[in-house]
Amino acid sequence: MTLRRTGATTRRVLRQLHHDPRTVALLLAVPSVLMGLLAWILRGRAADFNRFGPPLLGIFPLVVMFLVTSVATLRERTSGTLERLLTMPLAKAEFVMGYALAFGFTAVIQALVVSGLSFGLYGLHVSGSAWLVVVVAVVDALLGTALGLSLSALASTEFQAVQFMPAFILPQLLLCGIIVPRSQLPTALHWLSDILPMSYAVGATQQLSTSATVTSEFLVDIGVVAMFAAAALLLGAATLRRRTR
Amino acid sequence: MEPAISVEHLQVIRGGRTVVADVSFTVPSGTLVGLLGPSGCGKTTLMRSLVGTQVVASGLVRLCGQLAGSQSLRSQVGYVTQAPSVYSDLTVSENLRYFASVLGVQRGAVDRVIDDVGLGQHTDTVVGRLSGGEQTRVSLATALLGSPRLLVLDEPTVGLDPLLRRDLWALFTGLAGTGTTLMVSSHVMDEAERCQRLLLMRDGRILADDSPSSLLARTGSTDFDAAFIALVEGLPA
Repeated sequence: MTLRRTGATTRRVLRQLHHDPRTVALLLAVPSVLMGLLAWILRGRAADFNRFGPPLLGIFPLVVMFLVTSVATLRERTSGTLERLLTMPLAKAEFVMGYALAFGFTAVIQALVVSGLSFGLYGLHVSGSAWLVVVVAVVDALLGTALGLSLSALASTEFQAVQFMPAFILPQLLLCGIIVPRSQLPTALHWLSDILPMSYAVGATQQLSTSATVTSEFLVDIGVVAMFAAAALLLGAATLRRRTR
Repeated sequence: MEPAISVEHLQVIRGGRTVVADVSFTVPSGTLVGLLGPSGCGKTTLMRSLVGTQVVASGLVRLCGQLAGSQSLRSQVGYVTQAPSVYSDLTVSENLRYFASVLGVQRGAVDRVIDDVGLGQHTDTVVGRLSGGEQTRVSLATALLGSPRLLVLDEPTVGLDPLLRRDLWALFTGLAGTGTTLMVSSHVMDEAERCQRLLLMRDGRILADDSPSSLLARTGSTDFDAAFIALVEGLPA
């Protein structure tokens, strides 16, 4: 793997975003407005806002980057650019890392804007460091990108790709502990939630909400999310095929 | 010297259908070969087998002595698919700069290939806003970037203005003169005369492997359409 080809791929993906200002605006505006909406709905109920807000700061980038990456990768497959790249001296890992870095960078900007508004304007409060909320959001975004890269191999059309959002993301949202704490789930569902990455993504922000210091639970949670992201990136690289039927 | 292309008993099966059936041929380097035949005859599949993106059922494909698809060939083979495979949301030069970085070639190559395909006026235009023919040329320029030893071009002149087609064929002939081997496919028979060597294909098989003049002479035809019909109907061969 070379830095030159990975970096070139990252710059190329960012340049594509640069040519699509509306997407960039949506990436920043949609989560900002939604967090504002949540703050408004829960006005005067600071405890609830502080409970639901931080997990959402992590879930937005996960969902958005998952969708954006799924569509972008599918576009590479259907337009023939991926096939062209794979006839060139580009390693699969360079392709996958190029995407991860580009969307990871985008996620940093998104997390800074949305967290800045949430903590500064909407009055969100966590016991731990607000900066760590940004870190969790970025790791979650990388997980979304990684899942998008690997799962898009299963889709052959855009119609199929967008179905993966409700298929893979919504069940995790139901089981991740926001609606019902995971410890109160029926045993089978609790086990299921143990193997889903979003449970740990939400767990990490919940730790930040409630404790002022960095707990070992927080480190385990964020570590698990990072490992899921790394595994999904490896899977994503493995699903790229130089030869097709 | 190793032939630039050597294909032995190639067979490709896609979706239960034999698309390329027992095809064998060799091409010496520095040759401009035309791969002609009606659409659906297996031209694209044969070309994909050459560049190593096609899963083949049996047979051997070697380029410059190495197995098709091997890693060392990746910087030596340029491939242009029928549909322009470039990023439609980037400008011409952004596309070429990216592919140049992937190939590890100098930035100067970008200006050279833009000139080669006559897109100098559109350097900073987003590819999606160009016409179909211009997009094809961006895709072609990408394949020229690394000065590859072998160029596999799938219908690169479809839908182009006759002057531009003439210029591109002159470019292809010039490249062959400098030792580059080119395989150019077309479903338009009159492009045959611009090639040094012809492979006529039908139903996954090679119907003829000959020079243009000798093909006309031995079929007693004055044009390539007639020659093709004569070969299919088994007339003087």
